[in-house]
Amino acid sequence: MELIFFTEQLLNGLLVGGYYLLIALGLSLIFSLGGIVNLSHGAFYALGAYGAVMMTDQIGFFGSLVASPVLVGLLGIAFERYLLKPFYEKDPILGLLLTFGLSMVAEQIIRMTWGSTPLQFTIPIEFKGQIMMGDFIYSRYRMLMLAVVLLVLAGLWWLLHKTAFGRVVRAGTQRPDMVAVLGIELNRYMTSVVVLGVGLAALAGVLMAPLAGVHPAMGAEIMTAAFVVVVIGGLGSFWGVVLAAALVGVCRGVTTYFYPPASEASMYVLMMLVLLLRPRGLLGERIERFE
Amino acid sequence: MKDVSQSRRRLVMAGSAVGAISAMGFPAIVKAQSDKIRIGHLTPLTGFLGPLGEYGTMGIKQALDEVNKAGGVMGRQLELITEDSVNPATAASKAQRMFERDGVTCLLGEINSAAGLAISQVAARNQKIFINTGGNSDELRGKSCNKFMFHLECANSMYVNTCGRALLQQGMVKGKKWYFLTADYAFGHDLTRVARNFLAAQGGEVVGEDKVPTDATDYSAYLLKIRQAKPDVVISNLAGTQITSFMKQYSEYGLPFSVAGFGFDTALAWGAGADSFVGTWPVPWHHDINSPTSKAFVAEFVKRYGKPPENQAWGDHVVLKIVAQAMTETKSTDTMKLIDYFEKGAQFDILKGRKGYFRSWDHQLMQEMYTMSPKKKGAAKDKWDFLQLGASVPSANESLEIIAPTRQENNCTL
Repeated sequence: MELIFFTEQLLNGLLVGGYYLLIALGLSLIFSLGGIVNLSHGAFYALGAYGAVMMTDQIGFFGSLVASPVLVGLLGIAFERYLLKPFYEKDPILGLLLTFGLSMVAEQIIRMTWGSTPLQFTIPIEFKGQIMMGDFIYSRYRMLMLAVVLLVLAGLWWLLHKTAFGRVVRAGTQRPDMVAVLGIELNRYMTSVVVLGVGLAALAGVLMAPLAGVHPAMGAEIMTAAFVVVVIGGLGSFWGVVLAAALVGVCRGVTTYFYPPASEASMYVLMMLVLLLRPRGLLGERIERFE
Repeated sequence: MKDVSQSRRRLVMAGSAVGAISAMGFPAIVKAQSDKIRIGHLTPLTGFLGPLGEYGTMGIKQALDEVNKAGGVMGRQLELITEDSVNPATAASKAQRMFERDGVTCLLGEINSAAGLAISQVAARNQKIFINTGGNSDELRGKSCNKFMFHLECANSMYVNTCGRALLQQGMVKGKKWYFLTADYAFGHDLTRVARNFLAAQGGEVVGEDKVPTDATDYSAYLLKIRQAKPDVVISNLAGTQITSFMKQYSEYGLPFSVAGFGFDTALAWGAGADSFVGTWPVPWHHDINSPTSKAFVAEFVKRYGKPPENQAWGDHVVLKIVAQAMTETKSTDTMKLIDYFEKGAQFDILKGRKGYFRSWDHQLMQEMYTMSPKKKGAAKDKWDFLQLGASVPSANESLEIIAPTRQENNCTL
């Protein structure tokens, strides 16, 4: 009996890891290529959720699942052009301070626009209810989330590994100087990467909006977990982030099962262990300019 | 390799410096005018209690305008200084600054019990009054009570006894199995302790308790544990935005167990929406209360802010009216005279059926409370109207003190 419940928590943890993954992948991409720790990533997640709340009445949940990330992605163009760009070649601490400040400004703008009170938003009617598999219970909506996450994962993998765009991004992560010598301007690619990254964060925001409160601090709440996932996974590694997200999800699920007060702290312990044993993260590649 | 660790260390250092700056926060209003009576208002405007602090601020601003429009206090206008209390440490340093630099006559507000404790210690050191409008812990009225602290907010025991009475009537206590979800900080621990005593005294049984970190957003792991434990009643002793997320995900998983909670704020149920709101909950005030002064407050609030007030807006609104009344009646802003006025059992219109008064030995405001449960499907007039207000507890013919903790339960020596 115990084993069944433990397995259930394990599988649920994997699912929970799925939505850290959407945020962490974008964070990792922006860091890997631009060398910028985007601490304002959580703000785009929150904007995605607020966008969904605003648009669902007009275009439905599935409409906003597409429209909200696209709009936030467009916002990402301005974000990259006017805020991130001047900091690519500078000390990483400057970019960190900039995006940290921006995250506070964004949270306060959200608070001034929509107020602090959580906004109402519920699961689309088609996905209410549960699926029973033997002793296991799954919410239909979380199955939908899982499907979206897997779809995005497949799409992103294809983009990074099977297209010319992906080859430049991966090469640019490793040897930006060589890419420049070959006559490819990385800045243009950086715009696309930021749009993709913040769009993914917004998508995660839309997916979480029916489950957790839509409130100004929601971005800050998820940011630390996403950051931990990136550090554990290691820079420049697609699968590292995927593995880390799953690990963090499972680690929190299992800790909740045995000792809930430590559930939030457990991921930091995991991060500490990983950093002690593998300072570059689980699957982190050796990137010369960060060494 | 050396470079890696160095740049990583610099990142960590910069990160912690940034964190320290954000913890300091920023003052909202700083003005210097000596003829006005200054009053300090500290409440969390950010973080998981931020939604409640925002309502509190709206409520107290309305009260300020009403008092000043009616001529102020002793012919002097009131001036309010509102700041985000952030956390216990920041709340304490801001409280000290308000006394020292701004010269406030008293401090009002707070929601977080731990921050309330910190503020009360600063106020006592400065020999100034602090009236707590949102911290529920019994401990604040018991072991940690002091001469300078008063409580407009109801104590955890009052919440438990109010909701407990409804649960007893529904047959959800005697011989029933309860599973607690407890907010993992001072407030939650205190609330579950009181609730456990209530349950034991009434012949119920605890089958589980999970302490939930305040920044938890995903409840699926807890819901799976609850499903495994098969309780009769799931008790939410959560706080702030935790309650919203819990309600949404409880309805997502469609578990068959009854739900009740002893900690509640209306704004959080509004955030969850009619689809997700379940269970029986206690509340100190609600905008449907049928009293003329309450209706006038609600009408003016709706006119100003375009939405009905919730219980924290009520608390911070009423507290300023109480202070204004006390200063007017005693013709003084002197701390000792005000304390004396409160302790002698002055009555206040607190926008409920019956008036309230501070109990002399623990400074707790004696007052009616209410229970909330979902309205029938389709009965809601608007998106705020899906909560059914229950009868007042204690009922009209009972003493207001019967829901409050006794000296034996929660002793305080002032």
